[in-house]
Amino acid sequence: MTATLTPHPSPPATRRAEWGGFLRTLHAEWTKFRTVRGWVLAMAGALLSTIVVGLLGTAAPAPGGRGADSASYPRGPGGEAVNDSFYFVHKTLTGDGTLTVPLRSLTGMADTGTTGKTVQSTQPWAKAGIIVKESLTQGSPYAAVMATGGHGVRMQYDYTRDAAGPSGMPSEESPRWLRLVRAGDSLTGFASTDGSHWTEVGHTKLPGLARTVQAGLFATSPEAKQDTAAGTGFNPAVATGTFDRPVLSGGWSEGAWRGTQVGGDAGTSGSYSNALKGGFAQTDGGGFTVTGAGDIAPVVGGPVMGVGFSVENFLVGTFAGLIVVIAVGTVFITGEYRRGLLRTTMAATPLRGRVLGAKALVAGGGAFAIGLVAAAITLPIGERSARGRGFLVFPVTSATEVRVMVGTGLLWAAAAVLALGVGALLRRSGTAVALVIASIVLPFLLAASGVLPPSVSEWLLRVTPAAGFAIQQTLPQYAQVLSVYEPSTGYYPLPPWAGLAVLCGYAALAFGLAVVRLRGRDV
Amino acid sequence: MSDESAKATIEVIGLRKRFGPRLALDGMTFAVRPGRVTGFVGPNGAGKSTTMRVILGLDAAEEGRALVGGVPYRTLRRPLRHLGALLDASAFQPSRTARNHLLWLAYSQGVSPRRVDEVIEQAGLGTAARRKAGGFSLGMRQRLGIAAALLGDPPVVMLDEPFNGLDPDGIMWMRGFLAELARQGRAVLVSSHLMSELEDTADHLVVIGRGRVVADTSVSELLAEASGGRVALRTSAPPLATRVLHGAGATVLATGPDTVEVTGLPDEEIVALLARNGVPFSQVSAHRATLEEAYMELTRDAVEYRGIPAGEAAR
Repeated sequence: MTATLTPHPSPPATRRAEWGGFLRTLHAEWTKFRTVRGWVLAMAGALLSTIVVGLLGTAAPAPGGRGADSASYPRGPGGEAVNDSFYFVHKTLTGDGTLTVPLRSLTGMADTGTTGKTVQSTQPWAKAGIIVKESLTQGSPYAAVMATGGHGVRMQYDYTRDAAGPSGMPSEESPRWLRLVRAGDSLTGFASTDGSHWTEVGHTKLPGLARTVQAGLFATSPEAKQDTAAGTGFNPAVATGTFDRPVLSGGWSEGAWRGTQVGGDAGTSGSYSNALKGGFAQTDGGGFTVTGAGDIAPVVGGPVMGVGFSVENFLVGTFAGLIVVIAVGTVFITGEYRRGLLRTTMAATPLRGRVLGAKALVAGGGAFAIGLVAAAITLPIGERSARGRGFLVFPVTSATEVRVMVGTGLLWAAAAVLALGVGALLRRSGTAVALVIASIVLPFLLAASGVLPPSVSEWLLRVTPAAGFAIQQTLPQYAQVLSVYEPSTGYYPLPPWAGLAVLCGYAALAFGLAVVRLRGRDV
Repeated sequence: MSDESAKATIEVIGLRKRFGPRLALDGMTFAVRPGRVTGFVGPNGAGKSTTMRVILGLDAAEEGRALVGGVPYRTLRRPLRHLGALLDASAFQPSRTARNHLLWLAYSQGVSPRRVDEVIEQAGLGTAARRKAGGFSLGMRQRLGIAAALLGDPPVVMLDEPFNGLDPDGIMWMRGFLAELARQGRAVLVSSHLMSELEDTADHLVVIGRGRVVADTSVSELLAEASGGRVALRTSAPPLATRVLHGAGATVLATGPDTVEVTGLPDEEIVALLARNGVPFSQVSAHRATLEEAYMELTRDAVEYRGIPAGEAAR
């Protein structure tokens, strides 16, 4: 047997040596980091302050005496938190069937905020129409075709889905004809202005829809949004739909129509008042007037969320820990300038970019780990404690929860690298720390606290490194739900990962400039 | 180490560097050889520290090269194994212990932590190594710096003002220590602005002033040159002595009421001449210049900042 010896090509060996060299530098920088007790304690402090501020910030007792048992939102078929409160005039439908009805009018009444005084006012997303719903249980699958107060005819189903139909409001002279056809698990909504020419509004399949369902007429209205000098307020409101006699075909049950307030009350996005109540009445010609409040829609943030917390509320302490992380990240390099230690470092490792890279990995890695742990500890404790005190907790999927935890770590890591880069550029701890805090923490606090006009807050959260906080947002935004979608209510102008990318961009820029500067000048 | 000794050099070739309008290095050229202590001496601001920073690749020179073992320092991958340097004894994080300071340096070179304990012993840090370096006296800081320089067991050692802040015991220790490093075959470059510190330490001297080398010589050569064959004479009759010696071709300079300095004649001949002519004298001594005097002579023109005599300043 002969062995053939192939000489090793040199590049891999060189690469291996380079890699080994980087690991040595990394080991050295990690040793530097862990052997300064002040820094280790500071990182522990960052962890602790995030947890403590987060828990204190959400420590209020729940008002209104909700019981601990009721502390959860109804969940839609997709697991999302939903509002499912409306007045329902219904019969049982078994198998296929069709309901056709002319809607004469959709009107609304809203509380003015002054006790007992109401005004005629139809909310943009007040709804009246036909609904097929698996059961009277909140969160059960449904499909509905409806007129709305300000957005024309819509076909909506399973809470989050919304399709637009013909625009315009029904009136006595020009009623809006609505039709909903159920065939198996397939539902189709139609609209017409004369009862003979029909337009399809939307079509969907509700897989696994029970054979026997509840179907009929409904009306509901979210609260009236009022913008005043003092801010945005929401007042109770109801919607009333006036229907002519419904025409049924298919497997409808015999017997009278029954009226039910689904959900028992108006949920978190609607409300009744002493003057405004739900109900229905049958008219002489066999028609109905149906009055209801609430909404059939996903829960969003802002005032319409009710007495609840979102996941990111528990992480409100993130900024406190972040200040410490920024300080440590800065001093990790400026401390070396101050003592002349950087010369020792550079004499030991003449590749300056490698030194900065190792420092960034140590500071960023440490910050990531601490941020991740802080979020992973705070979230379950905060959620449990809030539920125990009767608060609602906005539900998120496990994937979202993981994104928020990992994202918090990444937020800290990017901030630490940014601080390191700025520190290396400015070479002075005080100035660098102040600058980085002013660029991340300050815009966040100003925007989140609502002291600035929303447009300014949104601009800040787009262009400053504070955009990175978007990674913690779990609250969804829906066009068909009216709320206050502003930074002060937890809404960032950029999607989570895009916001984090802005921060990472700043960090990369600062790091890159620092490498260039450090390479090019005497130390 | 014998194989390495060829590599155990620092070569500085024609370094030129400007700090703003000031020319810090002006064609600095010298070499450091293995097996001896080379003193690098010059007044404050002459360019000692700048030269050392350029050698370490910390500062860039506009012209010229500095080589360690034949290559630029910045191309070395584990540089502390080639050159150990002490630039600033206070360059450490004060809240880190001395041992941890050495530990990270060791890791950066792939040197085993066992070596850390060795250099702690060698530098005489002992149990202080477990204390925060911020509380160290200047002497202890110098020892920590020395330990760091020795970490990679380098064939070349470069120390900037290592005697600073040392007490007499410390100075004695440092001298012995440097001699021992040279005896082991290492090239040792030691800077100082005081010649007296190097007098009993350096085998070779590189004297610099205003960014350039003004003397690159051995200690004995420098002394011989500076002494220049001068003889001090104490006599009760200076005019007579002057006349006699002048007649014999010597240059005579009055240095006091009863002392003159004679140049151009060996001391034995002076004694014979004076005796023959009946000139009274009480003392004849061949002048031996101190290293300090030689240094002062060399760097007179190169001192950057000179004290103004009090009388002049008052005017």
